[in-house]
Amino acid sequence: MVAIPSRHKAIVLLTIAVVAQVLLLAVQIKQDRRGRLIRVWTVTAVSPFERAGAWCFGKVRGTWNHYFALRGAAKENDELRRERDALKLQLAELQSKAEEADRLAVLLNFRKLHTDVPMLPARVIGASADTASMTIYVDRGEREGVRRNMGVITPDGVVGKVIEAYPSTSQVLLVTDKESGVGAMIAESRLQSPVGGAGEPLLQMKYVGSDDPVNVGDRVVTSGMDRIFPKDVPLGTVVEVKPGNPFKVVRLKPAAKLQRMEEVIVLLTLHPLEWGSPEAKQESGAGPGKASAPRATKP
Amino acid sequence: MSDAFEIRASGGTHVEVHKFRGGAIFAVVLASLVLQALVPLYIPKAAMLDLPLLITLYFGLSRRNPATGLVLGMVIGLVQDSLSKSPLGIYGIAKTIVGYVASSIGGRLDTEHPLSRFALTIVFFGIHQGVIVLTKRLLLAQPEVWFTTQMGIAAAVNAVVAVGLFFLLDRLRRS
Repeated sequence: MVAIPSRHKAIVLLTIAVVAQVLLLAVQIKQDRRGRLIRVWTVTAVSPFERAGAWCFGKVRGTWNHYFALRGAAKENDELRRERDALKLQLAELQSKAEEADRLAVLLNFRKLHTDVPMLPARVIGASADTASMTIYVDRGEREGVRRNMGVITPDGVVGKVIEAYPSTSQVLLVTDKESGVGAMIAESRLQSPVGGAGEPLLQMKYVGSDDPVNVGDRVVTSGMDRIFPKDVPLGTVVEVKPGNPFKVVRLKPAAKLQRMEEVIVLLTLHPLEWGSPEAKQESGAGPGKASAPRATKP
Repeated sequence: MSDAFEIRASGGTHVEVHKFRGGAIFAVVLASLVLQALVPLYIPKAAMLDLPLLITLYFGLSRRNPATGLVLGMVIGLVQDSLSKSPLGIYGIAKTIVGYVASSIGGRLDTEHPLSRFALTIVFFGIHQGVIVLTKRLLLAQPEVWFTTQMGIAAAVNAVVAVGLFFLLDRLRRS
């Protein structure tokens, strides 16, 4: 057996480690698999910490924000200040809960308006560990019926789609990711064209011909052609139109607040959906050809 | 003696190897991965930070054992891959190489001074990014760009954060 000199052991180990990972990459590409078992183990191991972290962050943020609201009371005497601090912290907690209740009320109302679409509310518990991609983790998974390629929305609009469902967690590819794509159309003119991410906060509407009428301010909704999202879900608003040949450069601001999401809705179906029952449409005031933006009524 | 950018002769000189409190490496690695996933939810701009890279770099430079450095880099990279949508191995390969190179040069350079840490972080951020782009281009046929202004800003931000973070991590060393 050939002995490896000790000074070469590290370089041999490096070579083995890199070659093994190159082979791992090659296997994934060849078989179009994503190393699911390793991901399941890792996500299962890390997601409890993410849940705990998300909970702590929320608490700390609420407390921190409202602590500064107390700075005006600094001139009060110590006893009053302590008492006020305690009350303020309590108030902060109650406000935080009230805000959460408001958000949940919006979700509930949205769900009532679209009773025919099976939906599952989910909480955002993490973002991508990869700085180049735009994904989030939500706290619902296979156990709750979430599957790959299910659509994810908020009452404001499209968020993305599930790209991996784990037992109690799912990974969602945001619509702004470079690999993302959604069937879309201009709400008013019904001009159809896919919308994709560009790895930045704005979306791009592709393949809009140089003669097609698109203007800044136009609302863009889903067309239902991708068979993931129902028709007429708000997708964004046109904020920039540049001439191009053969296609215009059309950029949209996403309708959903993708950078500040705490709760989302998973569309629990892999079948094409029609958006809202006739009664629901009538109630929401969203007729055919109009984006059915939900109207939140506070309880 | 000046403590900036001291270059030591490698032959026969004493190389200081730092050891850490029990469980410190595991806890720090786990915390970095959880924070990497959580902080951008609240501060979107923080997505440009690569905490797992900084942790790989710090322990590589401190432990100064190439075998340990590359294995730690590989594990951190593969976990990062598992928590992202990229194929397993993209970050794994990059961080394996960063871990190996950092621990190999850790004994030859003064890595304690904030300026050297700032410069080393920028260099290793570049190496890390370069390996990722190379891997994506060669193995995945993805048309990745080598450099953008955003990457330059990210390198500088990571370097600034590294100086503070490394100072905090120094507290975990076993004296």
